Amino acid sequence: MDNTANEIREITMAEFFPTIVQMKLEKWRLVQICAVRAGEGYELSYSFAQRYHMVTLRLHLSAEEKVTSITQVYPCAFLQENEMAELFGVPVEHIDLDYKDKLYRIDREHPFKEKG
Amino acid sequence: MAKRSIIPFGPQHPVLPEPIHLDLVLEDETVVEAIPSIGFIHRGLEKLVEKKDFKQYVYIAERVCGICSCGHGMGYCESVEHIMGIEVPRRADYLRTIWMEMSRVHSHLLWLGLLADALGFESLFMEAWRLRERILDMFDATTGGRIIFSVNTIGGVLKDIDDSMLKTLKETVRDMRHEFKPIVDTFLHDYTIQSRLCGLGVLSREDAILNGAVGPMLRASGEAIDLRTLGYAAYNDLMVMPITAQDGDAYARCEVRLKETIMSLRMIEEAIEKIPSGDIAVPVKGNPNGEYFMRIEQPRGEAIYYVKANGTKNLERFRLRTPTTSNISPMLRLLKGCQLADVPLLVLTIDPCISCTER
Repeated sequence: MDNTANEIREITMAEFFPTIVQMKLEKWRLVQICAVRAGEGYELSYSFAQRYHMVTLRLHLSAEEKVTSITQVYPCAFLQENEMAELFGVPVEHIDLDYKDKLYRIDREHPFKEKG
Repeated sequence: MAKRSIIPFGPQHPVLPEPIHLDLVLEDETVVEAIPSIGFIHRGLEKLVEKKDFKQYVYIAERVCGICSCGHGMGYCESVEHIMGIEVPRRADYLRTIWMEMSRVHSHLLWLGLLADALGFESLFMEAWRLRERILDMFDATTGGRIIFSVNTIGGVLKDIDDSMLKTLKETVRDMRHEFKPIVDTFLHDYTIQSRLCGLGVLSREDAILNGAVGPMLRASGEAIDLRTLGYAAYNDLMVMPITAQDGDAYARCEVRLKETIMSLRMIEEAIEKIPSGDIAVPVKGNPNGEYFMRIEQPRGEAIYYVKANGTKNLERFRLRTPTTSNISPMLRLLKGCQLADVPLLVLTIDPCISCTER
């Protein structure tokens, strides 16, 4: 079994975008983006793969913080960024194709934000 | 000057097995942009981990999709098993692998039939689906279900296959390999199919990686990545070779799926020959605590199962990134510059599963 599948690197907000650009320059493929509630804020995971090697960048976001979309670097991120914005209420700025909380056509606002 | 217009495509369309809507921006007959809309069947299944016991959730994971059901159950179970340090009995690994490969054959034959139908080749469509029916019958004989058969559980599998049934399965698979050959020959060498698919919707290797393509879509562009080579379940005992093609067009995507079907049939036979005797599950005690990203190769490509547990019976988070989520972006890349008449066929060649995507 590939033991590199769960390599998680914690990064700060200041490191976030330069790291994403570096991943692109090194030809990493965007694999997934995931949001998890963490107290009042969020824990965001951006996973990238190069061949079979997968690395996850872990970013912690406070309730007031906004995160910049990575669609300028990885255009294919638009669906997953829209999803975390709509389901969890993560404030993602400048998504290339922003559905403005209408991706899944859900009546309830940010249904995954609160537990239960 | 070209006339610009917008054509709505879907969510209901004869070629679409599931609902996706595209706003196609056209200049005369050429697509210059495609804007997708989904969200017609969102179910919020990931949220249910907060209300269901982590063992009960296997049944929810299996219902994410009617075609990749076994894989979703297995991917979820393996994530939790990794967190809890559970070693699954080897026989259970083999049984999971057999059912996974049967699911791949089922999925690819379904797609091949849909492709033939989209091309207007009705007899080929019926041949592909006739063969698919035999796999569904074997699902029924080995599990009692034809679509969702609930074989996975945390710690192993719920059902065993006895020796006589394994023998029947092996004979069926061997017959299918022979019966599949003329179907493969027709798809690969028929003039009409070649003229319809060759050179259509070319995705270069660089574009495939940049746009996050996975599975047959990625391999048809020349990138040899198949997660089964990581060796989860019983794959480390079996011969797995990523099937690739170089042209990146609709024909290449069809060729990869045809050859993968042959490989899967062979792998089922190999797994039946090597399956060890023994238990099929181990008891599970306690609750999971930790997190894990599990990657498996579903028929449509790489799927990611993220589980975060907090030591209680309810998980903190379950996230499933399905293959179609990743393949929508490369599909939009394919559509740019294509003719309006080719849109249905190009959408079909990514083998979209919107119900997986919306979970």
